[in-house]
Amino acid sequence: MAVQQLTGEELSERVGAAVPDSVVASDDGILFVEPAKIADVAGFMKSDSRLDFNFLNSISAVDYINHFEVVYHLTSMNKHHTAIVKTRLDGRDELTLPSVYHLWRGADFQEREIWDLMGISFSGHPNLKRIMLWEGFDGHPLRKDYL
Amino acid sequence: MVQDLKDASIEPLAEPTIEVPDDLKNNLMITSVDALVNWGRKSALWPVTFGLACCAFEMIASAMGRFDIARFGMEAFRASPRQADLMIVAGTVTWKMSPAIKRIYDQMAEPKWVISMGVCATSGGPYYGSYSVVPGVDHIIPVDVYVPGCPPRPDALLYGIMELHEKIKRYHNLPNGPRLNPFGRSSKPESP
Repeated sequence: MAVQQLTGEELSERVGAAVPDSVVASDDGILFVEPAKIADVAGFMKSDSRLDFNFLNSISAVDYINHFEVVYHLTSMNKHHTAIVKTRLDGRDELTLPSVYHLWRGADFQEREIWDLMGISFSGHPNLKRIMLWEGFDGHPLRKDYL
Repeated sequence: MVQDLKDASIEPLAEPTIEVPDDLKNNLMITSVDALVNWGRKSALWPVTFGLACCAFEMIASAMGRFDIARFGMEAFRASPRQADLMIVAGTVTWKMSPAIKRIYDQMAEPKWVISMGVCATSGGPYYGSYSVVPGVDHIIPVDVYVPGCPPRPDALLYGIMELHEKIKRYHNLPNGPRLNPFGRSSKPESP
């Protein structure tokens, strides 16, 4: 059975109704949400019976110099559909997102890796410390302005 | 100096130092302690199982039938450093890994040797200057043989091992023996 990717418009209707003031924009592939609402949105997308996103493929972070983007790839193993959720963090200092560790345990290491290499911290993560580099390392080396 | 060179020689000495009676000629062989001990050591080097990156696969390939490291008595890759006397540092050494490498090296019993396999372990290779990669494993532990390549073919690793054999053949083992070391090291290796 083919896996179908849900469009951003389709998602924004349902997500916007369930979590007010969360959707920033949407296009044919991607749903942009407010950073502070990401855990609520993720919680809804996991628990809603029609969406049923029970698997987190990956979390990634992108440095666009003026802002950071964090990308969540989600899949529903039962409904055979996927979605991409993005959130945008302005600035470069003291960036924080709500953790989705409590929804998908696979977020554990990936959020630690993003904290380690990109310097985005996740509030609510139970063990947010460096994963690749050693304790005491100075800086976040995958940022564009490192070195 | 001349005596040092003679003592370090692995060839039989020209003048007969010990007379072997004729009826024992077929039963006795005369050699030096160094030659015997070094022959034993180099003929059964046991490497510690230690792969860090893609070089490890070439090391594994050299242990398989096509290249067959067993020809050198080395097929016993030991899972414990306490049973091994050779560490093949096969791959990129990161600063985070370096305490573990140092510890494994320290756990190996004397005498022990280290082969730095590939450019990553030798100098950092393509990662030279990286924030997380050690610029050569010799910053952490002493290295006997460097094998270049990215990764080196099993042939190259085997050649490095044969060079190490040549080196081991020239060690001095007696506590009061000559201090000469043909490789120019300041101290002689620890006696067993």
